[in-house]
Formats: sequence, structure tokens, C-alpha cells
Amino acid sequence: MWKFLVPAAIFAVLVGFFVVGLHRDPSQVPSPLIGKAAPAYSLPKVEEPSVKVSNTDFAGRKHLVNVWATWCVECRKEHQVLLEIARQNVLPIVGMDWKDELASAQQWLNQLGNPYVATAFDQEGRVAIDFGVYGAPETFLIDEQGKVLYKHIGVLTLEVWNQELLPRINGQKS
Amino acid sequence: MSVELGHFALILAFSLALVQAFFGLAGSYRKLDNWMAASCSAVAGQLVFTLFAFACLTAAFLRNDFSVLYVANNSNTELPMFYRFAAVWGAHEGSLLLWLLILSAWSAAVALFNRTMSPEFTGKVLGVLGLISAGFSLFIITTSNPFERLLPAALQGADLNPLLQDPALAAHPPMLYTGYVGLAVPFACAVAALLEGKLDAAWARWVRPWATMSWLFLTLGISLGSFWAYYELGWGGWWFWDPVENASFMPWLMCTALIHSLAVTEKRGLFKSWTVLLAIFGFSLSLLGTFLVRSGVLVSVHAFASDPSRGLFILIFLTLCIGGALTLYGWRAERLKSGAGFAVVSRESFLLFNNVLLVVAAGLILLGTLYPLFVDALNLGKISVGPPYFSVVFLIPMLPLVLLLAVGMHAGWKQARFTSIRQPLVITLIVAMLFAAAMTVLIFNRFSLLCFVGLLAGGWVLLSSLIEPFQRLRAGHSLSRGIVAMSLAHFGVGVFMLGVTTVSTYTIEKDVSLNKGQSTEIAGYQFTLTKTEPVSGPNYEAVEGTVRVTRDGQEVAVLHPQKRIYRVRTSPMTEAGIDAHWQRDLFVALGDELGNGVWSLRVQYKPLVRFIWLGTVIMALGGIVGVTDRRYRARAAVQQDQAQPVPARS
Amino acid sequence: MSITIRHLLILIISNLLVASVWAVDDAQPFADPALQARYESLTHQLRCLVCQNETIADSGATLAGDLRRELHEKLAAGQSDEEVLKFMTDRYGAFVLYKPPFERRTWLLWLAPVLLLITGLIVVVRVISKRSHMAIDAADEADQGDQA
Repeated sequence: MWKFLVPAAIFAVLVGFFVVGLHRDPSQVPSPLIGKAAPAYSLPKVEEPSVKVSNTDFAGRKHLVNVWATWCVECRKEHQVLLEIARQNVLPIVGMDWKDELASAQQWLNQLGNPYVATAFDQEGRVAIDFGVYGAPETFLIDEQGKVLYKHIGVLTLEVWNQELLPRINGQKS
Repeated sequence: MSVELGHFALILAFSLALVQAFFGLAGSYRKLDNWMAASCSAVAGQLVFTLFAFACLTAAFLRNDFSVLYVANNSNTELPMFYRFAAVWGAHEGSLLLWLLILSAWSAAVALFNRTMSPEFTGKVLGVLGLISAGFSLFIITTSNPFERLLPAALQGADLNPLLQDPALAAHPPMLYTGYVGLAVPFACAVAALLEGKLDAAWARWVRPWATMSWLFLTLGISLGSFWAYYELGWGGWWFWDPVENASFMPWLMCTALIHSLAVTEKRGLFKSWTVLLAIFGFSLSLLGTFLVRSGVLVSVHAFASDPSRGLFILIFLTLCIGGALTLYGWRAERLKSGAGFAVVSRESFLLFNNVLLVVAAGLILLGTLYPLFVDALNLGKISVGPPYFSVVFLIPMLPLVLLLAVGMHAGWKQARFTSIRQPLVITLIVAMLFAAAMTVLIFNRFSLLCFVGLLAGGWVLLSSLIEPFQRLRAGHSLSRGIVAMSLAHFGVGVFMLGVTTVSTYTIEKDVSLNKGQSTEIAGYQFTLTKTEPVSGPNYEAVEGTVRVTRDGQEVAVLHPQKRIYRVRTSPMTEAGIDAHWQRDLFVALGDELGNGVWSLRVQYKPLVRFIWLGTVIMALGGIVGVTDRRYRARAAVQQDQAQPVPARS
Repeated sequence: MSITIRHLLILIISNLLVASVWAVDDAQPFADPALQARYESLTHQLRCLVCQNETIADSGATLAGDLRRELHEKLAAGQSDEEVLKFMTDRYGAFVLYKPPFERRTWLLWLAPVLLLITGLIVVVRVISKRSHMAIDAADEADQGDQA
């Protein structure tokens, strides 16, 4: 008798998994870098290409690294939010212009305003690979020791800033 | 206005599905003939109203009514007329309406061809089908209404997804859905048998053609999708083990198992509860596929339906449907026993092996498809399971299956003796071995054990399936449709195996950058890019390359691969240039312009690739011959059987 | 339920770098066929994160192109398959591996073929041994056709 109920039991377990699965986003891939040292880089600065931007410039300071590009439609939306966050003057935002044209990146910053203390120009996308970037925009929170605390994938909104980033910057959430 | 009428017709169809369910089930239990007749009428009404709703939506597409949200999202004034038809099922809402239409057509067919079964049984089957129809129409009405208005109307539509603007892919969903939904009939019959606690040979004989029909539509539908992927996606692959593909393949495997198990149940009255379970599994897996594809729980599906309420609805429906059927199975399956035996070596044993291996294969695909979900749900991180897993693991049950098939199809019922068949079997095995050796060593000049075994198995099945028709014809007997069907389907399996093995071992692929006049060489063929020029289609602009293929200085073909940009959705699409030949395809796809007139191209030599689809078409032909077997129509014979039913022990 | 969903992703997600629907390698193939074979096998095992349902061998996304370039350079520099795969998982996690490694959370996945086959075999053996001891003609049905 009981053996005939085995299929039903297996199915019940499956349904349990589906219920949990419905509340997950399968396309969000967590970064293995969380809690580890952020990759080192030294790249030309978009604002002034003869100068290099490197991770050591921000050693000892909590900062954000924001990956963007002019070809990225969503980044335009995000730019306004970044400007607002820069205005709050909580921590420096480092830009990472990913696989882009230098001229259009400069034009973008001139026209839309520049929320970044410096923007690294990653034309070949090698540093982005070190950061495990797979789509712009992405934002990393890096602490004083150069460790990655948090990664946000997709457009940074003020909601995300207030609920996820600020508490971590203030050390209230890990 | 007709849009509102369509919406209204859909609501009426839902109500009629409820009527059908109630009168079918209640009438069957209370043995009220007029109630059961009412159920049949409700089926007819449901078909009419669903058809009307479908026609309303089609009309909205044909007259470019962009005040309908679904039309505005999936059509455009520039879209050619043919694709405006296909656009009706080009996205979520409309494809569900098609699903419902096909389900009501199958239900109507059941109501029409029910004469050989008792009215009580038909009542239960229609009742169960009515419940499924009601669930699906409610799903459409509440979460996925294709008749939703867009006010103010859009001036222009967002166009049909360019990937769908292809004849093969326009035909692919109706085929596939006919197969998926057709599995609802064996499912309903299985539930009805469980409710009645009785399952006899007549039941199996009645269910067989329905299962075979679903199977043949599934076969053709999957094959069309694979063919489309081959020439349209640009990289010449024909199967990717994507969750969406797996969702269609699992019901196919189950249905294949079901057809074989039904044979045993019909002939010997054995495997009854197993057959019922397979019938439940088949439709369950097609519902599960719908859930996986439309709920967003797997990565593949992310773009289909972002609305979580849809996922939740299907999950609840799925749970009621499958959970209900499996619980009923757990409760009643014990009554479906039979006392017959068979020898260790017999057709029954071989078919048991066949069933177990097919179910194992489906189980492995299910596990691999869902495993990332399991791991994520247990908070163990995100992992991927892809082609390197499936293509290895799938062979483990499949190779023994095909090798057993070559012998098993000759085994007699009850006790197999193989006396008259031993010699031809050995001869065909030797021929297949020589063939596999010749292919690997002489023709392609590179030996691989896996390829050898694959060719051996494919060749042996192919030859072995011809033994019986050959012997019968030589002895002056005529061939029954049953034998022709079985031989054809198995011959198709052999052809398919040969194609798959050869193309996956001996494909030659090369990515090159060519300027005008330059050429590249693979497998003795010289590919020369002679020119590239802009061309324009009804709703796209394209660059068309001209590639001349020569061999030893002789022209073999002139290919015209295209790279299209569809105007509205601005998405790039590749149209490969293919020179098809029974023994090989030459495949050229145009990549990107690298500057200075240099283009990147992918050229491929794909030996025996046509055998893949040829094999599936032969399998399906076998299915068609099987369905038209006189046995299923001969009422006299069936009634005779009914007079001496197999007692179902409880 | 069409096979197109995987590619809808490419079309719909607009903030991703997508150059063409499929990939053509710009890199020159390795002169050494063994090395080229390793390269092809590795690119077919790694999942492209942008489109998420293609290998980096097949994907036309520029990220896939960048990853192929990294892979190409690392193989040319003499790195082993393990080193290359570790480079990828260190950055993108186990998600990029279409062939997940055998570990604590995947043992069931990898043992499943064996476990399922054994279970199936047990079922077959039990059914056959039971049925072969039963009377063959107990509930046999006369039928006009002799073949299925």
C-alpha cells in the first residue's frame, strides 16, 4: 500500500522547493568576492587620461566602486541617484567606466554631472572581470581594509542606498 | 467590440468547462445518462466559444488593433500577414489561449470517439478534462488576459519577437502544445480508471491511440524546434539542454514509456498500475514544464512572465492536479492488480527494461534541471547544470536502452525463444559492427569508442527493425499496420542515433575573418566570400553575404548567409546559409563586420546532420501508421473483448 | 513554452553588451591542436553570465568575448585547466561552471545516475522474479494481432 504513495510524497517535496523558488531571483548571481580583498587595479582616469587611478588611492577609506558605461541604458537612470548620493557626502564614489569610448564617457560626465571622485577607464574590461562584473550597472562597497562588504547588481536606487548600503557603511548591518 | 466579445466568450468557455466537469463526474456516479450527455454538449459549447475567442484575437491581429495591449506588444503594421497569424501565440497570453483551444479540441475528440467505452467512464474522463480546462481558462482570465485593452491605443505596435518570425517556429508551438495537451487525455483516462478501480484491456486499447497521437505531435514539435535552433541561432547546434528544451523532452520520454507500457497492458493485462502512473507522469511533466517556463523559477524563463502571481497560480493548479492524481493513485492503485506471469526472457521483460530506463532518463533530466533550484532553496549558493552534465549522464540509460531495443523488438510475448531470429540478429550485429568500424576508421579517420558504440547501436537498431517485415514479406504474409508502425518508429530511432553520433563526433567548425575574395577550407571544401551587400525585407534590413563553395575546383553551392536587424526591436538575427545534402550540411553564418570590409564568419561541416530530423520524422510516421491501425476502429472486436473483461482483483 | 525564451533574454535585457546573436572568435586558433581542443572544451563548459543560458563559446555578448580572451591568454601562458577554472570561479562563483564540481552540495547530482539505475534494476529484478514464478496464462487475453 505505502509504496504507491511514494510518487505523491516525492511530489510534495518538489512543491515545497517550488514555493521557496518562487520567491528567489535565479538570475542574481552572488559575488564570491564578498568578505575578500577587492582586486587591485591601476587604470587611466577618464577625467584626465594621463593620470592613473588605482585602488591604493582609496586605501583606508570606505568607498563605493560603481561600474557604468555610456552604452548602458539603465546607467543613465542610475546617474541621477549617484549624484544625489554624492551630494550627501557620505563616502567617495569611484567610477569604473567599463568597455567604453573615452570621448563619450567624458561627454557623459560633463553633461550629466560627475558624482565620482575619480573614474577609472577599463577599456579592455580586465579589471571588470577581476571584480566579477557581468552587467552594468553594478556597485561594490569596499571597506577601509580594501575588503568587499557588499555588491549591488542593477540600478542603485535611493531605497537600496538607504536600506542596504547606508546601514553597512555605518556598521549597523553586515 | 469583437475584443470584448472574445473576452466574454472566454468567460463562457470557463463556465462551460465547469458544467462539463460537474455533469461528467456527477452524472457518472449517479449513472444519469442525460447528465453525461449534458457534459458532452458542454464540451462542444466550450470548443465553439474558445474557438470564437481565438478568432477574435486573431482578427485583432489581422486588422492591427493596437488598442489591444497584447496585439500592441506583439505586432506591427509592417509585420507580414503570415506572421500576424503566428503572432497570436507569439507570447504568453496568446499561447495560453492556444493551449486552451487545443485542450477543448482534444476534449471534443474524446466526446466524439467514446463509443467503445462505457458512458460512466467517458463521463469521468470528460469531467477530469473539464476540471483542467476550467483551471486553465481561469488562469487566462485572471492573470493573463489577452483581450486587455490599451487606452489610448498605441499608434504602432512593438512587433513580434524577430526570433519567432520564421515558418518553422510559427508552426512549432501549435505542434508542441498539441502534444503536451494531448497527454491530458491519457491522464484523464488514468484518473477515471483509478476512480472506477477497474482497468482492462479495452481501457488500454482505447488509451493507446491517444497516447500515440500526443507522442507523434510531441516528436514533431520538438524536432521542429530543434531544426529551427539549428539554422536560425547561427551556431549550428541542434540541442542545448536548456531548461525550456528539457521541459519538452521529459514529457516525450514519459510518453514513449507510456506507449510501450500500454502495449503490455493491452496484450497481457500486466503493468496496470505502472501504466496509470506513467499516464499521470506524462501530463504532470507537461504541466510542470509550463510552470518552470512561465513562473521565473529557473533562469531560462526569466523573460516570459515576470508576474509572480502567474507562477503562484500555476503552482496551485499544478499541486491540485498532480497532487490530487498522485494521492488518488496512492489510494486506489492497489486495486489494479493482475495475476499473469511471464518468463525471464520475454517481450514483457524487455519492455520493463525499456520503461525503467526511459523513466530513469527522464528522472535524471528532471533532477539536473531542478538541481540549481534545490541548491538555491537550501541556501547553498548558486550553481549551474548544463550541457556537459546532461550529455554525459543521458547516455548512461540511453545506450543500454538502444542496444536492448535491437534484440527486444523481436522477443515474443510470455516467453521469447528467438529461434527463427537468432541468425538474422547476429548477421545484423556483424554488419552494424563492420559499418561502425568503417565509418570511424575509414571514412572519418578518427576512432572514438563512444562514437563506435553509438554507430553500432544505431546501425543495429536500424537493420534489426527491418528483419521482421522482411521475413514476413518473404514468407508471403502481409504486414499488419502494427508491425509497420513499430518497425518504422524503431528504424527512425536508428537513423536518429546515426545522425546524432556522427554529427557530434565529426563536425568540423571554424571561425574565420574573411575579406572579399578570400577563402578558407574545411573538410576539402573551399569557402570563398565573394561579396556582401545590403538587402531589405518587409520589416528588417540585412547584410547578405555571398559565399561560393567549391570542391576540387568544382562549384558545390553558393550560400547567402544574412545578418538581419529588425527595424522595430532592433535586434540582430542571423540567417545561416546552408547547403543541405543527405550526407552532410555545409553551414555558413555571418558574424560581425570587423572593419575594412572584413567579416567574421563561422563555417561548419556537419556530416549526417539531416539524419537527426529525418529520424524523428520517420518515428512520427511510425506513430501515424500506429494510430490508424484498424484494431482501434474495429468495434466488433472490441465488443467481443468487453464481453470477457479481465477481472480486476481488489 | 517555446524554445525561444533563452534568446528573449538577449533581446530584452537592454543594459547588456550584446554584439550579435552568436559568437565568432577573433582570436587565432592555437597552432597546437591539443591546446585548441582544451580551449574549445573549456569555452563550452563556462556559462556566460550576461545571457545566462549560453556557454561563452556560443554567446555573442562582449563579456563572453573578454572571457574567451582571458582564457586564451591563460592557456597560451601554460596554465592548467584547473587554474583557468579557478580564475573564473574566484570571480564569478560556481555559477559559471556548467559542469558543477563534485562536492558536498552536488553529490546527489553526480551520484544520481548510479542511484537511479540501481533502483531501476532492483525494480526490474523484483518484478521479473515475481512474475516468472506465476502462471503465464493466468489472465491472458486472446487477441487477433500478434505484435504490439
